[in-house]
Amino acid sequence: MIEQFGRAGFLLLFAVAFPLLPIVASVVLGVFKIRPRKPDPVKESIYECGMVPIGNAQVRYNVRYYVFGLLFVIFDVEAVFLYPWAVTYRQLGLYAFVEVVLFLGILFVGYAYAWRKGAMEWK
Amino acid sequence: MIDDAGVVVAFWVIAVSTVVCALMVAAVRNLVHAVLFLALTFVGVAGIYIVLAADFVALVQVLIYAGAVGVLMTFAIMLTPAADRRNSETIFQAPAAVLAGLVLAIVTFVAYDTEWRISGRDAFPATAASLGEAFLKPYVVPFEVVSVLLMTAMIGAIVLTREEGDDV
Repeated sequence: MIEQFGRAGFLLLFAVAFPLLPIVASVVLGVFKIRPRKPDPVKESIYECGMVPIGNAQVRYNVRYYVFGLLFVIFDVEAVFLYPWAVTYRQLGLYAFVEVVLFLGILFVGYAYAWRKGAMEWK
Repeated sequence: MIDDAGVVVAFWVIAVSTVVCALMVAAVRNLVHAVLFLALTFVGVAGIYIVLAADFVALVQVLIYAGAVGVLMTFAIMLTPAADRRNSETIFQAPAAVLAGLVLAIVTFVAYDTEWRISGRDAFPATAASLGEAFLKPYVVPFEVVSVLLMTAMIGAIVLTREEGDDV
């Protein structure tokens, strides 16, 4: 198990190095005056896929997002409980399948309530 | 296995970056950055769980803490007015530092002072499979009760956050 994570960790090293290398190279070349420095307002502005950025990125969010955040947490915890079942699904067979259907069925009541109360809607 | 050179190197890299991220949470002056560092700290703790061969706990750590708790805390900060997002100096700074130092000292003392009993058996090859078997065979009733608990939490969340007077 730990060997597989070790391989993933090795991959992680490359994933961290890949964005870090250009940044470090840019700073180092800047220190040695090899990289030209010609700041201009357009170049310094935030990149928004070609759109002109409007205001600050860290604005105050609408409070309605919080309901989606809370529902996300519930589904997240649910996913955690499905993970061990998914790993042992082949050995346990139909019995485990029925149990998980029951598990999801009870949760679906909460989901139906959320739907009925319009928690998923954007008013 | 745990004394393997690669595992030791991985542990120290993860441990040092986790502690640095945790210190940055207290040091940075923008609360949004503090939360991002907190999420990174959670990921680092997940890495320590992996080094300890606890794969399921590591997955839960990433899903629940780095994912859900990180998102909730980001929301909580993004919902406050931008002017209140400074991680500014308060009168609680010195007492909090003293308290954190005391907790660290006590935990370190207990960790060194306790005579830990070392289990004779090897580590689990993969904990998720054993947990799945336990969930669905001997502990099936608690497993189903969890779904009732989650349903209650979901309904409670909706009832508490619903605005007054927008009944269906």
